Amino acid sequence: MKAGHLIIFRNSIFLLALLLAPGIVHAALTIEIIGAGANQIPIAIVPFRAEDALATKITPVIAADLARSGLFKPVDAGGMVPVPHEPEQVVYSQWQARGAEAVVIGSVTLLPDGRYDIRFRLMDVVKQTQLAGFVYFATAAQLRLTAHKIADAIYEKMTGDAGVFATRITYVVKKGPRYELQVSDADGFGAQSVLSSNEPIISPSWAPDGTRLAYVSFERKKPVVYVQSLTTGNRQVVADFWGSNSAPAWSPDGKRLAVTLTKDGGSQIYLINADGSGSPTRLTHTSAIDTEANFSPDGQSLLFTSDRGGSPQIYRLAVGGGPAQRLTFEGTYNVSPRHSSDGKSFTFIQRNGNRFSVAVQDFASRQVQVLTDGGIDESPSFAPNSRMILYATVVRGRGILAAVSSDGRIKQRFSEDASDVREPSWGPLVYK
Amino acid sequence: MKKIFAGLLIAGMLAGCSSTPTKEQEGAAVEDLKPLASTPAPAAAQAPKPDSATGRPLGTSTVAASPLKDPANILSKRSVYFDYDSNLVKDEYKPLITAHARYLTQNRAAQMRVEGNADDRGSREYNLALGQRRAEAVKQMLQLLGAQASQIESVSFGEEKPKATGQDEASWAENRRADIRYQSE
Repeated sequence: MKAGHLIIFRNSIFLLALLLAPGIVHAALTIEIIGAGANQIPIAIVPFRAEDALATKITPVIAADLARSGLFKPVDAGGMVPVPHEPEQVVYSQWQARGAEAVVIGSVTLLPDGRYDIRFRLMDVVKQTQLAGFVYFATAAQLRLTAHKIADAIYEKMTGDAGVFATRITYVVKKGPRYELQVSDADGFGAQSVLSSNEPIISPSWAPDGTRLAYVSFERKKPVVYVQSLTTGNRQVVADFWGSNSAPAWSPDGKRLAVTLTKDGGSQIYLINADGSGSPTRLTHTSAIDTEANFSPDGQSLLFTSDRGGSPQIYRLAVGGGPAQRLTFEGTYNVSPRHSSDGKSFTFIQRNGNRFSVAVQDFASRQVQVLTDGGIDESPSFAPNSRMILYATVVRGRGILAAVSSDGRIKQRFSEDASDVREPSWGPLVYK
Repeated sequence: MKKIFAGLLIAGMLAGCSSTPTKEQEGAAVEDLKPLASTPAPAAAQAPKPDSATGRPLGTSTVAASPLKDPANILSKRSVYFDYDSNLVKDEYKPLITAHARYLTQNRAAQMRVEGNADDRGSREYNLALGQRRAEAVKQMLQLLGAQASQIESVSFGEEKPKATGQDEASWAENRRADIRYQSE
């Protein structure tokens, strides 16, 4: 790409408008970062021209995103005269002197229609060239998302992996007797309650396109599986059979769900249509517990938890049929499997004594790496770039969300005051 | 669906009455309480006396006359407790389950849910399945003793509705449980 070129994104920013939730939750999750990557990239982020006038300044959000990843080291960007906003204003020798490998510059311009023209450039200090440059047109409500998208572009250019700052997460908050299913940005901001109930809500699962959630609600005094649209708020019962209905998992095409039903006796895995039509197809045929299904990214196989061998372990089953293959052998309690988005590994919970830890197993080498010290860790799910794992844990008797990098080096803790947070799930890349 | 449920509810209530000696006096007032004294419920028989004196129409409360709610009747006992990682119904709960099986056999319109529970250690979904297995164990025993499968829906609350919230063995044991709840309740 030639220096000075900008790629214009006209449509992508408007995708955010699809989240129309019943209520905004004002309490934000705050994030504490523990640990850092092996090689941190020193990067300077210069405040954008005219961003001081914005209700949400762009560059602090970008800086926080990059810092949270643990892969970047901030370099002081203050005191440059003039403050660079355009490529020709960047004096590379000055940035080299400060140890920066990259500099982010940009500007904000209010357009006649009330939107903002936000442009940024990522400059390579060593090669003295532009690495990336984008223009976004955003409303005031989209400023934060725009900042996340810029952080994604920087992250992708500098690390080679997709950025996940502009993704969303879902989780359940328990406030006294109330349960709320919430959706927030990946950094915990902008939390919105999409369902509130006096009965428990568990196992929220994102549709692959990020527009729907499947979950289990106990509002009918038993577990029933629902699918809810995040665009319209409409919800639909998709599995309410005799007995219990739980553990929904989307097929990659978004058309089907694997669910655990007990209509024929024990807890077994079935395939149903995501719109609730038709009758279930039974996938497992044991007298044991078979539950917690999770589709492989190619849709060809499922991981699930089964105690058919005497203790709960993780198995793999081809959706087309055939025998299940046991994958975990260390210890007597391995549960809650979730594929990485690249399909190369899966995360799960492993019990050691009385401690429950997040672990990762590589499909090819079968090597297991335990990533957390453990305690009461639950519900792990990969970020859509496979680099981080979001999970629930308990600190001083209170449920909080935490994340760990897939190499175990970087740890984050999300906390929201005075609430009990559990059942997190990281959403897909949908703003791309 | 709602209509069916309402129908079952009424059927369940009627069924409850028919098995008590107060059937003939159903809907009548104060005096109706006296026959209750003949049921094996001394506590229940004594309690109504102050009400009798004030003439409050307790007799209209047919539910109160149900053996399912009579504290002295084994049918009012609803909880079966399990050992850790076990769905074996212990001998001490067999009289309780036998009594409910007899009730279901004598009241074919009666329906119940058996609600399984688990302690809160480990995966929520796996615990849901463990609770389900406990509910299923109770259901199977009820069926062996004559109840029909269609009278009993076994469901699970997993770890979601703990009776005790402590992180100790006593609390965990309290939550390893299956509860019987009649559709009329």
